[in-house]
Amino acid sequence: MKFSEQWLREWVSPDVSTEDLAHRLTMAGLEVDAIENVAGEFSKVVVGEVLTVSKHPDADKLKICTVNIGEPDALQIVCGASNVIIGMRVPTALVGAKLPGGLKIKKGKLRGEVSHGMLCSAVELGLAEQADGLMPLPVDAQPGTDMRDYLNLDDVSIELGLTPNRGDCLGMVGLARETGVLFELDATAPDMPIVKSSTDEKFAVAVQASEDCPRYVGRVIRNVDMKQETPLWMQERLRRSGLRAINPVVDVTNYVLLELGQPMHAFDIDKLHGGIWVRKAIRNESLTLLDGNRVELNPDTLIIADVKGPLAIAGIMGGESSGVTDESTHLFLESAFFAPLSIAGRARRYGLHTDSSHRFERGVDPELQVRAIERATSLLLDIVGGEAGPVVEVVSEQHLPSRDAITLRAARINRVLGLEVDSASIPEILIRLGMAIEEQGEGVWLVTPPSFRFDITLEVDLIEEIGRIVGYDSIPATAAQSQLSMSMVDESHIPLRRIRQRLVDRGYQEAVTYSFIDPALQKRFSPTQSAIALTNPLAADMSVMRTSLLPGLVETVKYNLNRQQERVQIFECGVKYLLQDAEINEENTLSMMVSGNSINQHWNVEKRPFDYYDMKADIESLLEMAGGVEGVEFTAAEHPVLHPGQTAQITRNGEEIGWIGALHPALAGEMGVPSGVICCELRLDALQKGLIPQFEAISKYPSIRRDIAIIVDVAITAHQVCACIKNAAGDYLQNLELFDVYSGKGVDSERKSLALGLTLQASSRTLTEEDVEQVMDNVLTALNKECSANLRD
Amino acid sequence: MPELKKLISEATQAVADSNDLPALDAVRVQYLGKKGSLTAQMKQLGKLPGDQRREAGQKINAGKDQVQEAIEQRKAILESAALEAKLADEVIDVSLPGRGTSSGGLHPVTRVLERIEDLFSQMGFDVASGREIEDDYHNFEALNIPAHHPARAMHDTFYVDVETEGDEKLLLRTHTSTVQIRYMEKNKPPFKAIAPGRVYRCDSDLTHTPMFHQFEGFIVDENVSFADLKGILMDFMQKFFEKELSLRYRPSYFPFTEPSAEVDIECVNCGGEGCRICSHTGWLEVLGCGMMHPKVLESVGIDSEKYTGLAFGLGVERLTMLRYGVTDLRQLFENDLRLLQQFK
Repeated sequence: MKFSEQWLREWVSPDVSTEDLAHRLTMAGLEVDAIENVAGEFSKVVVGEVLTVSKHPDADKLKICTVNIGEPDALQIVCGASNVIIGMRVPTALVGAKLPGGLKIKKGKLRGEVSHGMLCSAVELGLAEQADGLMPLPVDAQPGTDMRDYLNLDDVSIELGLTPNRGDCLGMVGLARETGVLFELDATAPDMPIVKSSTDEKFAVAVQASEDCPRYVGRVIRNVDMKQETPLWMQERLRRSGLRAINPVVDVTNYVLLELGQPMHAFDIDKLHGGIWVRKAIRNESLTLLDGNRVELNPDTLIIADVKGPLAIAGIMGGESSGVTDESTHLFLESAFFAPLSIAGRARRYGLHTDSSHRFERGVDPELQVRAIERATSLLLDIVGGEAGPVVEVVSEQHLPSRDAITLRAARINRVLGLEVDSASIPEILIRLGMAIEEQGEGVWLVTPPSFRFDITLEVDLIEEIGRIVGYDSIPATAAQSQLSMSMVDESHIPLRRIRQRLVDRGYQEAVTYSFIDPALQKRFSPTQSAIALTNPLAADMSVMRTSLLPGLVETVKYNLNRQQERVQIFECGVKYLLQDAEINEENTLSMMVSGNSINQHWNVEKRPFDYYDMKADIESLLEMAGGVEGVEFTAAEHPVLHPGQTAQITRNGEEIGWIGALHPALAGEMGVPSGVICCELRLDALQKGLIPQFEAISKYPSIRRDIAIIVDVAITAHQVCACIKNAAGDYLQNLELFDVYSGKGVDSERKSLALGLTLQASSRTLTEEDVEQVMDNVLTALNKECSANLRD
Repeated sequence: MPELKKLISEATQAVADSNDLPALDAVRVQYLGKKGSLTAQMKQLGKLPGDQRREAGQKINAGKDQVQEAIEQRKAILESAALEAKLADEVIDVSLPGRGTSSGGLHPVTRVLERIEDLFSQMGFDVASGREIEDDYHNFEALNIPAHHPARAMHDTFYVDVETEGDEKLLLRTHTSTVQIRYMEKNKPPFKAIAPGRVYRCDSDLTHTPMFHQFEGFIVDENVSFADLKGILMDFMQKFFEKELSLRYRPSYFPFTEPSAEVDIECVNCGGEGCRICSHTGWLEVLGCGMMHPKVLESVGIDSEKYTGLAFGLGVERLTMLRYGVTDLRQLFENDLRLLQQFK
């Protein structure tokens, strides 16, 4: 809602500056978004009367004018505008004038002809964005009058960002009322005479959908003169409120919309057939709207129709064929109350948002229609003349919104606001806001909100009004009281922040990537997972919900490589969105990705690329925090986006908890990242399930270490060997370390050598040489049997 | 015994001439060893007449002691020199870079979220979470935003294409207020919780990204008031920014709170003087809040006469940008390492 400060001050004029007025409105919940001057800065521009116009001898497009500026001598001014004619009144910038944008008018010669000023367009005065030639002024404008005075330009447009509950402030009447409450002043409406009808003509109105249209008011106006111009003062008010002048009828309905908040519509009665019929649309009906678009009407849409069909979408937009044009002479004026729920959402469905739908959705005062049509009629007759018929009103009282009385308790105000409000001021505030109030006892009132307040139905709504008017700033800030109690903390649960911190400490940088990705990437990374698509994505490459965090991380790697960041070590914790048996599963996931060298180039450490084992250690570190690596297996497996020879499925006690591997070189090529990118994706719930440590007694007896080197087939995995040793060594085995893997010279090409260190210890005694020999025998026998392992020579 | 004197003099000279420990030891062996020349003198004692033996023996022993003493002294000097040499040899350039992995860092948004959680945890707030793909009920209906409510136009909602029983529309949550409902469905008052998380709106320009983070905070108890809400937010803002800050409350409208307010904080950049960050107003709009609407409490079966609730919601990116001086919102999701690495 944009309005002129001058206009508001005609209704109510608090003795404060514009800034203070704006601040008070903002602090009362009518947020001022902008304040702008209604015209550019200019001076020494007066009303001029063009006395003569003659051709410039040396320039086809220029004219030489003499202009009366209310002085004894007329000025000669050279002008290039095509619409200059004898007798027109036009803003005239005198020599010495300053125009918006810093232009200074000097006496000068144009192609040899002296010019003592400039005739101005609306654009040149900062009154419009565009203009078609000079700005014509009414013929009664007095030459010599300063333009700023003539148009009352020392005014500002104040733009409010009104919240949807304050439909009542979408008109000057409401704004004035609110301003009056805030400054404890009475708002006075301008004189609005009731127009006596000069004909008896009525146009039939039938309201079929009374629930949607509880009140419909109409009136015939005959013999209007559409050649008349809307008066400049009205055009200016419309302009300062952000509306363009169109024709007198539209301008008047717009003016009433701004003044009283009542949207109105005018039909050309010659284009109506039979009568007005307010009803829901029927399937297959369509209508060409004022904006030229043809829409198929939905049966839940309230329309204004005649016997031939739809004329307008009620409360939203009129139809093209029945609207008022410059050729119209007879009008039917509509002023109705449409129920908010019958309008809400409909405009949006047709891709529309109009000043009218904006107001009806929020609620127009249901008591306003007659007053508005009277106001519009009187303004119209002043401009275009004509004869008005009687006001026809169709009303369904039972469907008009009722305002139920609400009990308001001072104690409750105190409890909700935490502020003791003076009991005497409560009724005062509410009465100013237009409420009817009845005292029920000490600190209890029965309050009936006015018809224009759709937002007040509960006690708490009244409490908000009190708080708002008293001012939120006067409510103290207190420390909330609470019972001291501790909540249970599950020690076996690993908080996400510990996981993140562990990764950060191990060199990872956290990334946050979008939850929606390119469907092509989604398919490429999870070919068997169907994705959840957005029905209204912003862009095609952000149109499906991710089923893996890896695409986002690959793109992050690529983004950084393109910016000379060759070493990337990142992770993301977030949700992936899986559709499983028509159920949506939001799986909390951790993904990690590394590319480049494992450490930055160093003077003393040989550089090598990140590899599988770097990340494996990072994962194991997380698993150790979450209950240990016991039962965890990394098993060679295949995954659609990972290198077939460098990929493992990770399980814990047989349950899959994630994947790790090198990005498949083919995919790396497609994505534009180097091969050797290592990544993993893990289920966060598995990483967050830990154990509470249970102490085990430390043995007092010495431990003994035995190292062995064995030769096995290359296909035998370290896991097989270790499992075999652990199984065979029994309880004495405290630790097993695999400290060397060798293949090459001295070892059969199909075989490899593994070196392992076994630490043996008993809890109740010192192990003897025989005990140790026995264990080692068992181990070597088992290794030989199960892994075809031999001791290395 | 002129020979002995000469021998001792030779020996002490040899000791003095030894430049390292092996040379010194060779000297020791040469003179004092089993076959050493001074030891040999001892062996010749027997050839002397009986009355001279004692005196000669004493002289030889004294000579040996003298040489031994010289050796000890020389040894000490040489050892100390050797240690010095070893130390000198082991000098390193202490300014060379250390070895090993350097640490990474949390995303600035996470860093802020953790800070927020820490502050509210001190007051005993629970940390709650909810779904990101929500139903219309939890995102709108239960929050007193029925279908066609004008407030819906303020939420540019992403809908997802998933068929549900009863044809309910699913969407990406537009605010973390959904978690209020989810939490209250599961818990009985009194309670206090915050709910951080990702939210989505289909809006993308200089100051909007289609995904961002919010956190919602709420208390439901028998006696919480707007004054308490002001107390908590004042506390939070001052603790978060580690600054004495003024807050200002503008009445506003959210269907799920009544009364509702938008809160501005004194510009953290200019201290309220007016600068580019606060568009020269001295104030920064940072959050929306209010007392829970009775309909919201009732939608989850809480007696709104007995209990009152306060709630507030903040944009995490906004706080992140203000706290660390990040000027472009969109940079927060580009994951440029040169930005991320500034948050160690």
